Parts: sequence; C-alpha cells; structure tokens
Amino acid sequence: MEQGPAGGTGAATAAAAAAAAGTGGLLLPLSETEQQRYFELFSRCCPPPEAAAGGSSVGELFRASQLPPDTLHQITEVCGAKRVGYFGPAQFYIALKLIAAAQSGFPVRIESIKNELPLPRFMALKNDTEVRYGTPAELHGVKLQVPYATLEKNSYKRTDEKDKQEPKSPPMSPICSPPASPSTYQRIPLSYGYGKARSGLEQQHGAPYEVRHSTHQQDGPSSGNYGAKSALTCSTPNRSLSVEREQQDSSTHYSDDPWRITEEQRDYYVNQFRSLQPDLNAFISGSVAKNFFTKSKLPIPELSHIWELSDVDCDGALTLPEFCAAFHLVVARKNGYQLPETLPETLLPEYLQAASLKPMRDCALFDSYSEPLPGSQQTRDFSRAEKSSAEEVPDNSALLQDGKKDNKQALKVSTTLKTIPKEFQHLTVKTAAQESNALKARPRSRSYSSTSIEDAMKKGEEPPTPPPRPQKSHSRASSLDLNKIFQQNTQALRSGWLPPPPPALPPRPSVSQTEQPSEVDLHPQMNRPSSQAEENSSAKKEVVLAQPPSKPARRKLRTEAQGLETPELSPTINVTASKAHLPVQKQSSKQKRAIQTAIRKNKEANAVLARLNSELQQQLKEVHKERIALETQLEQLRPVTVL
Amino acid sequence: QNYPLYIRSVPTENELKFHYTVHTSLDVVDEKISAMGKALVDQRELYLGLLYPTEDYKVYGYVTNSKVKFVMVVDSSNTALRDNEIRSMFRKLHNSYTDIMCNPFYNPGDRIHSRAFDNMVNSMMQQVC
Repeated sequence: MEQGPAGGTGAATAAAAAAAAGTGGLLLPLSETEQQRYFELFSRCCPPPEAAAGGSSVGELFRASQLPPDTLHQITEVCGAKRVGYFGPAQFYIALKLIAAAQSGFPVRIESIKNELPLPRFMALKNDTEVRYGTPAELHGVKLQVPYATLEKNSYKRTDEKDKQEPKSPPMSPICSPPASPSTYQRIPLSYGYGKARSGLEQQHGAPYEVRHSTHQQDGPSSGNYGAKSALTCSTPNRSLSVEREQQDSSTHYSDDPWRITEEQRDYYVNQFRSLQPDLNAFISGSVAKNFFTKSKLPIPELSHIWELSDVDCDGALTLPEFCAAFHLVVARKNGYQLPETLPETLLPEYLQAASLKPMRDCALFDSYSEPLPGSQQTRDFSRAEKSSAEEVPDNSALLQDGKKDNKQALKVSTTLKTIPKEFQHLTVKTAAQESNALKARPRSRSYSSTSIEDAMKKGEEPPTPPPRPQKSHSRASSLDLNKIFQQNTQALRSGWLPPPPPALPPRPSVSQTEQPSEVDLHPQMNRPSSQAEENSSAKKEVVLAQPPSKPARRKLRTEAQGLETPELSPTINVTASKAHLPVQKQSSKQKRAIQTAIRKNKEANAVLARLNSELQQQLKEVHKERIALETQLEQLRPVTVL
Repeated sequence: QNYPLYIRSVPTENELKFHYTVHTSLDVVDEKISAMGKALVDQRELYLGLLYPTEDYKVYGYVTNSKVKFVMVVDSSNTALRDNEIRSMFRKLHNSYTDIMCNPFYNPGDRIHSRAFDNMVNSMMQQVC
C-alpha cells in the first residue's frame, strides 16, 4: 500500500495513487498545487528518504492547523495512520486533505475529500513557508493588533478580508467555522492545550473589548480589562470588531512579526500610558508600573524579565516607548509567546519612537540603520566600553552632556515637547534615592540626568533619522567603568591618558521642531555641569568616549544637526540630509528657520560646554593627584592585617 | 547575616569548595569593612594573598555602599588577570546589580534570577577562562 517516497513529485503522484489504494480503493484526486504543497509539508515532517513522517512533527503540523483535537484524531483515523501505525505519504496526504476539508467546515469523511478543496492552512508554522502554506496574512500584525479582546478563534473570517497572501485558497466562508476553532497564533506553535486553557480563562470578551475603546481612566475598568485580556472566546461582536480592525491594519503592511506593534495596539498602549501618567512624555515610575503590570497576573519573575527587557536605560522608569514595549511583551506573554532573551528590534525604544513619528513606509529606513541586536545589551556595552578605553576616538565633542543625551535620545525620541521642570523633578528624586556616595551617585545621577535631558531633548527627532538602535547602551555603565579607571589613576596607570578634548559631539537636539525646548534644554545642560562639578565631567567624558565605538549612524544624527562632518560620516550625512528633506519639505519654511536657529543655538551651547568640560577635566586631574597622595598616606597609617 | 544573593562558578567541578571559600572570605570582608570606618565607599580589594597551601587561587572582594558584597575567586594560574581587570569586573557586577535594583519587581534581598545578570556574569567568566 505504501510506496516509499521516491523523492520528487513522483512521490506525490505515487502517494496519490497509494492514497487511493490505502483508503480501500478510493481514488483521491490531488490537484497539481495540492500535490506540491502536500509534498512540501510531508518533506518537512519527514525528511526523505524516510518512508514515514515523524509522529511528533506531524502532530505539530496538525495542531498548527488549528483544528480541535478530536477532529485531528478523527482525521488520523480516517486517513489510515492509526491502522498502519505511522504516517506514510499516503496517510499524510489524506490527512492533509482532510484537514483542508475540516477547515472548510466539511465533516471528516473520506467522501468530503473527493471534492475540490482549498489547501489546508497551518497557522503556527515557524518558517516563512507559512505563506506558502496558506496561513493568512493577518496573522501576526493583525493578530496582535487585537491583543486582548480577540484571541480570535475564527481565522476564517479574517481570511475573507485579508486574504492577500493566499491567492490560491479561496476565502473561507466565515460561517462554517469548525467547532471551537482556536485562536490563530502564528509564529510560535501553540500547543492546542494552551489554546483551550486560554479559552478557559476569564471570558469577558465583548465587554472588555468595548471598554477598550473608551478611554478607561479608572483603574477599575482598566484592571477588569486587563484581566479579561488574557483569554477570550470568540464572539460575534469581537469578530466583527476584529474584522474591522484587521481591515484597517491590512492597509498598514505589517510583516508577520509578532513583536511588531500595530497602530491599534500602540494607540491602546498610549491610552493606558495616559491613564497612568497624563503626560505622555514623562516617565512612569517603577512602582506605578509594577502595580499596573501586576494586574496582568503574570508571574513575578516573568514580569521582572519583561521589565529588564523593556527598560533599556535601566533607570527604573518607563518612558512611552519603553512602556509600549513592556505592554506588548506582557500581551505577547499572555497570548502564549515565550519571552525573548533580548528585546526584539521592533520593540526597541528608538524604533518605537521613530515608528511613532513616521509612517510605516519608512520602516525600510530603520532597517538600513539598525544593527542586529547581539547578545545582551550589557555585554555589548561593556565590550564597547572596553574598546573605547582602547581607542580614543577623537571625534567626541566636548559636550559630554550632549553626548550622553544623544545617547539617550537615540533611545527615546518623540515629537512632543517635554516639560522640563517635570524632568528635573524626576531627576532630583532619583538622585536622592540613590547611594549617597559621590562615586556611586555619579553614574546614577548621570543616567537620570541623561534621561531627563534626553527627554527634554526629544524634540522631533524625526522620521528621517531613526536613531540607531544599538545605542541603548549602558552609557551609565560604560562611563562608570571609565570613571573607575580614572579612579585607579592612583597607580598612574593611565594618568598619562587624557582623552583629547573631544571634538564636537553634536548634541542630540539635532533637528528640532520648535525652539523653545532647545533653549530650555540648553539651560539645564549648563546648570547641570556647574552643579555637579568635575565628577560629572569626568563621567560624561567617558560616556562620550564610549559612544564613538558605537555606530556611526548615531553620529549622523548629530552631525546633521550641527553640520559637523568628519570624513567617515560624510556619506552617512548625505543620507540623513536627504532624508531630512522629506519631512522638512512637508513643513513650512518657518519651521526650517526655526530649526536653523535652534541649530545655531545648540552650536553655541556646545562651544560653551566644551570649554567647561576642559576646565573640569583639569580640575579632575588635580583632584586625582590629591587623592593619590591621601591614599598613600592612608595606607601607611592603616594597620597591616596579617593572615 | 550574609546570605548569598547570587552564586555562580565556572567550571562547575569543585563548586562546593568555591562556595566554602567564598563563605570564609566573607569574614575577611567584614573585618575590612569595620576597619575602614566611614570611608567605605571605595571599591576595595581583598588581599591577593588568600592562597591556600595546596590550591592557589585568589579571592577578591568588593563592597557596595549598601553593604552588598561581591566576592570573586579566581585561579592563580591565570596570571594574566591584572588588578584593573578585576576592578573592571567588579564594576560590571556592580552595574548589573544596580540594573537589577532598578527593576521594580525585584525585592532587595531576594535571590537574583535575572537573565541579563546571568548573561553578563557568564560572559565575564568566559572572558577570564
């Protein structure tokens, strides 16, 4: 009955014939496309030249078809695998055909597969062949777009509207949904059991979905929302709503990436952010965020991990993009996705910031700028810090603060203006909360100052120049390292190493939409160095040094702002300049002038800060010398401890 | 009380011995802390000389302002490890620790389960070995 797969499409036809024989004389007509597809699927499950598909992979594939388990059992039985004990090609093809039939709503019978059927759809296949297998396009972007209310059990209805990727499979009738079809979760093969479990959870489907649209400001409904988000059964209102949504989202050509936040989701997250923190450009403190995310009923270690992933600058607070990323991760986790080890690219704050600014068509630009995320952020940062100590990049500006801000701004960019006083309150609160030691406080205050500054600087870092992602560095960490290195100058290891006054590290406020923020920001910049004396400068210096080894892409932001160009950056600058034209052209010339004046002011501020920096460096050297002297005295005085 | 928040050893044989060493060295660290008095903010270094007669390895210590102690045991045969490298490693540890502290879901005093911290420590140890 079974003919061993001879490989090639011959096997398909052979299997077809075998299928015919296997089912007791039933001739199973397989169209050409069907044959090809089945063969692909079969070879996936069972790499040739084995004769039978592996049970586990077949099981996975069947589960990916989103059919209820009893249907799958039925199919297995009908196709004869149970009888022969394994999935030969014949059984496999029959099973696939039966799956197609079941997905179309036909009963699982041999007779049903005689008809012309669309190709079976498998949702949760991991590779890109999903498309070929007819998984609906909406999958991911669409899928997650309705995170809470619609763990959609009904994929078919969606394919009606959004079947652009599957020309072959005709749109499935939304009516004949197979019993309890599970939600469509795409990439990660969800065990069917999980789908069932989810449906078993709280079932406030319609209500939370509607509530979601309203601006829920109170915690009551929002918490109820939150709880309800976890699991949903499909209901018609949900379905219809989701369909509308999908139709909307189909316009935004989201690739099927579960980690990409759709517009809808983003709006939802922003609303949630607003409910926690009215000012969109301020932070959500750690405790507030903790309470909020705890409502999601995820286990604490997972929430902790989500926090670690999303709080890229590790300041204990979430900005809007960080919050969106965290929220998105929570949603994904609740929907069954495993948390990644590192933050996906689409969830990076810079990406989110920039994405919120520019239309999706500019995503390509992001990709060109972005660099793949290596392992953990920290390892990269430290390697960068160490590299920076080795290489003295001359093109650092004297504006250490600006450099730091630039770093942070690269992380978080938004078009909206910041309320400067708010940032400073945030800054002072945070610094007070930290260790009193100047040494330790240095890095922390710096990080906060940086975040506040960069928030203040978040002026329309607009679309053309998405800040390069890898900048989500531990500038704090790197600067701390170099700080300590300076501390160790007591041994005069590096006393001779004075980094040359870094050439202009253009400040972050490169292209600002308005002037006011730039002015106000300049003031804080100047205030801060004077207040924190040499400690800051030395710290910032290292920050700046840490940055050069990082991507030139970031420099292109700054250089564009300031017109400072180094040879290596000129090509990138051209790119950014050209890109800057796009949005600029859209704005009035008045804004251009405003931008230019802001640029000029920034340049002046840069010069001032550069001078200040050099002075502070001198002071730092002197202080180091004094410290060395004191330490030697102390060593002499300290009683020797004998082991 | 000095209960460990995080302990990791590479390679993993003789792990118990390393644990024991770390524990005994806590006494020395405490002694140093009390000796320093108020100037305890510096990063300190446990003597290079904690050498057992049979094995030779060095134990380094580091204390943060919040009295969190980092103890590192390294093999003496690894002579390439210089002082500033040790210091940089402690700095990294400290930074990662502060990152963990930032996490509102972390209660100070809990054991550390952060994956980021683990990755950092692993990478650091790989560098040394």
